[in-house]
Amino acid sequence: MVVIVFEIFLLTLLVITAVGIVRSRDLFSAVMLLGLFSLQIAVIFFILDAADVALTEAAVGAGVSTVLLLGALALTSDREARPKGRRLLALGVASITALILIYASFDQPRLGDPQAPVHQHVAPWYLEQTPKQIDVPNVVTAILASFRGYDTLGELFVIFTAGIGVLFLLADGSGRGARSQLPSAEAQGLRHHLIPRVVGALLVPFIVLFGLYVQFHGDFGPGGGFQAGALVSAGVILYALIEGEASALRVLSFRALAGMIAAGALLYTGVGLAGILRGSQFLDYSVLLADPIAGQHLGIILIELGVGLTVTGVLLTIFHAFAARAQKR
Amino acid sequence: MTAGLALDIGSWVLMLAGSFFVFVGGVGALRMPDFYTRMHAASLTDTLGTILILSGVILQAGLTLAAIKLAAIMVFLLLTCPTAAYALANAARLSGLSPRPEQTPGKD
Repeated sequence: MVVIVFEIFLLTLLVITAVGIVRSRDLFSAVMLLGLFSLQIAVIFFILDAADVALTEAAVGAGVSTVLLLGALALTSDREARPKGRRLLALGVASITALILIYASFDQPRLGDPQAPVHQHVAPWYLEQTPKQIDVPNVVTAILASFRGYDTLGELFVIFTAGIGVLFLLADGSGRGARSQLPSAEAQGLRHHLIPRVVGALLVPFIVLFGLYVQFHGDFGPGGGFQAGALVSAGVILYALIEGEASALRVLSFRALAGMIAAGALLYTGVGLAGILRGSQFLDYSVLLADPIAGQHLGIILIELGVGLTVTGVLLTIFHAFAARAQKR
Repeated sequence: MTAGLALDIGSWVLMLAGSFFVFVGGVGALRMPDFYTRMHAASLTDTLGTILILSGVILQAGLTLAAIKLAAIMVFLLLTCPTAAYALANAARLSGLSPRPEQTPGKD
């Protein structure tokens, strides 16, 4: 009962925030409200027992994407342009879509109904087979990394492609990425602000450590490569904001980041190919070692590492590309 | 039994006091006249409110792993919230907002 009250409260706040985002002409406050929206939806996911999704939403939605949107904002005006005409048409399309969605929601089963199709289709098989075939406590990781390994490979390549696309759009075309034009004096971040600098320097190692914990503890608790990548890159972005772009690029240069992006995707695909070479199917980890369950564990750790490497590389590359572009103007 | 009761009373007192400060912070953020005083009120929510509530929850959790995690969150908030408040006030000062109330128009 208490949970339902809390959920209704959060959903109401969510609607208010969404209306605020749409109505705000100030893009800066819209970005801040978007971060708030992500945080609220992460709490709702957590109440619905989806800890993995909640962690991803909090790390990516509220953390990294806010920073990336602020980076994009530095390249444009912070006021939304007035839309010209056609507002009635847009209103009509949005209203009809909303009515169809509300109508479709009448067919939805009740929340938590055991007879719902989502609980009757493949989910029981996954729950039954995970202890037998893979033996990791976190079923979400077993499904994501092993049973549905193809899907996760696809997601990884979506991120990979997105990173390349952003680089094509934002790099300066000199062929050396954006690293050639880093001014050193102006772009020194918050160096002259003592308090953020001291506290930030204190926090960065713990953020990266927590990222590594989430990376390697993903078999046992909520977490995995996507969340860990977002956390580690958040730590490095904090470092870049405090100590300046140049210092962060000394730690992880553009070349190293590009290497991480490629290495992660190659590692994932390589683990899949190793399955074929050892006489089974693509992405079948059971044949990697003599003991099938140990092979599954090894495969999951390796592909999660691949995911983490690529996600970190892509997020940091996008951040640096935005920052370098903003400094050039 | 009596020790449990004492713990319950202590944690409730802490949590209620924390809720009071969160409420006061919310009222202050809405009612104070200018940016700096509003921020002062809001920072009460971040530090005193959360720390009192978290201490109450720690008393409820007892000597478990959850209590250690809550304590870690508390230390994290103690470090980050004042820093964020400082950065916010500093950014406002640098962008030219004067802290003197008589220079800001009262009707907004």
